[in-house]
Amino acid sequence: MLRYILRRLLQALPVFLGTTFLIYALVFAMPGDPVLALFGERTPNPAQLESLRAHYNLDKPFIVQYLLYLQGIVTGNMGETFSGRSVSDVLHAAMPVTVKLVIMAVLMEFVLSVVIGMISGLLARKAAIVDYINLIIALVLNSVPVFVAMFFAQYWIGIRRGWAPVTVGGNATWGAMFLPALVIALTIYVTGMRLMRGTVVESQHEDYVRTAYAKGLRPSRVIPVHILRNSLIPVVTNSAASFGYLIASTTVTEAIWDIPGVGNTLYQAILRGEGPTVVSFVTVLTVAYVVLNILVDLLYAVLDPRIHYV
Amino acid sequence: MSRPEPEHYVAPIEEDELNTMDASELPDRRSNLWFDAWRDLRRRPLFYAAMAITLGVVVMAVFPTLFTSVPPNDNCQLMLGTRGPDLGARAPGHPMGFTLQGCDVYARVVWGARTSLTVGLLVVAISAIIGIPMGALAGFYGGWVDSVLSRIGDIFFSVPYFLAAVVVMTVMSSHKNVWVISLAIGGFAWASLARLLRAEVLQVKNKEFVAASEALGRSKFSTLMRHVLPNSLTPVIVSLTVSLGGAIVAEATLSFLGVGLGSSVMSWGNDISEAQQTIRTAPMALFWPSLFLTVTVLAFIILGELVRDALDPKARARR
Repeated sequence: MLRYILRRLLQALPVFLGTTFLIYALVFAMPGDPVLALFGERTPNPAQLESLRAHYNLDKPFIVQYLLYLQGIVTGNMGETFSGRSVSDVLHAAMPVTVKLVIMAVLMEFVLSVVIGMISGLLARKAAIVDYINLIIALVLNSVPVFVAMFFAQYWIGIRRGWAPVTVGGNATWGAMFLPALVIALTIYVTGMRLMRGTVVESQHEDYVRTAYAKGLRPSRVIPVHILRNSLIPVVTNSAASFGYLIASTTVTEAIWDIPGVGNTLYQAILRGEGPTVVSFVTVLTVAYVVLNILVDLLYAVLDPRIHYV
Repeated sequence: MSRPEPEHYVAPIEEDELNTMDASELPDRRSNLWFDAWRDLRRRPLFYAAMAITLGVVVMAVFPTLFTSVPPNDNCQLMLGTRGPDLGARAPGHPMGFTLQGCDVYARVVWGARTSLTVGLLVVAISAIIGIPMGALAGFYGGWVDSVLSRIGDIFFSVPYFLAAVVVMTVMSSHKNVWVISLAIGGFAWASLARLLRAEVLQVKNKEFVAASEALGRSKFSTLMRHVLPNSLTPVIVSLTVSLGGAIVAEATLSFLGVGLGSSVMSWGNDISEAQQTIRTAPMALFWPSLFLTVTVLAFIILGELVRDALDPKARARR
């Protein structure tokens, strides 16, 4: 097991180096002055320019620049925002909020996937129409762009009905973030739902299910104990994978609901035209995504006894 | 002396059964994957709905003047002066009301189809141009070619393409146009396509007809182009259809966040972003571009799903 984990981590190393290098190259290997480009239409003051050039070591050869930048990522020294706070401080304050939101969304996604996938799978033969309608609903919800879905919820439930706060703001409690998390879950549950449905349909023809019925067990026991438990593994790993994906892509959700998480700080940096800060945040989010994906791979090996870790 | 004719027993001709067998007319169908898929699709009402929406959007993108005579940015401020305080309300000739800037929402929504579709098609083209060679070469040649190409693909695959596009658009903020944004999205979206194709090529290259082609003296590369690639493209085409919808969403999302197209370019994402400020007073200005965006994306995704289903003989047999 330990050997497997080590080997997996070693395999991930090139990907980690590659992704950070890619982002760095996107910014600093472009033709022209990268620091000026980061400011876009704004005209930076000379002091800012100087400090940025110093921070990114632009006087050194490119590969040395990259290695120093990598050192910054690993040691947590990601430079400062234009207002002078260090990027790692900002992240430290914002990350727990994002994690909270994403945990809630992933749990909801998991429940939706399991419940709806189960219903669809069990009814796939007896009432194919229910199965079909379930799939269509999930597909429609999945194709609604996230920000459209967010506005819809914000307008109908927040403004018109007043059942939920319209924006979250500084008060990022579980309750205030319930609605945004639910909307996220509704737009992504289709994948998990299909996995669940597929394994439930398959497991109904498995020998152990037929045996269970043959020895006289009622569906009320066969379904939860024999079918559900054996169908959960792919759904669990899918939800774990969506955790990583969501951490990296809550920007729109947090911007719309004004949730003070990492995505929102990225959005604010975009709005203020703070190119260097945007790059730092994107780097952190990408690294988080890569690391979480590795963990999901490991989780898969732990959960599924059929996978041997050699 | 004449020899008696030997008597032969000749069974009576009983061709009845054979005749019926010959006579029973088999339906004159070509057994071809795409032909079967087409027959399957024609039976599904959802297919017609998705096709109708797709065609509508295409016509709207190519000939926007068929639908509206108002240019998207025409006389906005002028109308702002004359239309009074009721933001977002309907007016004669302006069925969807006005935006905050005083532009006609209907005209802007119609003209927006062109931008969305252009970005969608460009992204699909870019990811196909990069992804198909990467996936095909990696899967077919294997060995070190596979190792190198797959590792490169892994790296691009590991960067969420939305975040990568944010960085590219931030750096290129003085060149916000349709080409740059398509390159920013497509330059990263190809990785999943390459993975998909590689897996398919790995299966196809072990089939008999590939061995036959090589045994007949065709070169490896020619075998790849003539036999392996054409037989591996099915999942790629499905994936491209779905990712057309995804690319449209990505453009709208980037524009919405302010790192997409410039505000002078008509884009559904830009309009949604602008209308966000008036969600309380004029929700309809937010509603219309959102509706057009959602329906367009939905049409492409449903189309992709239906084609995927129709091309899967196992799924067909189950029905």
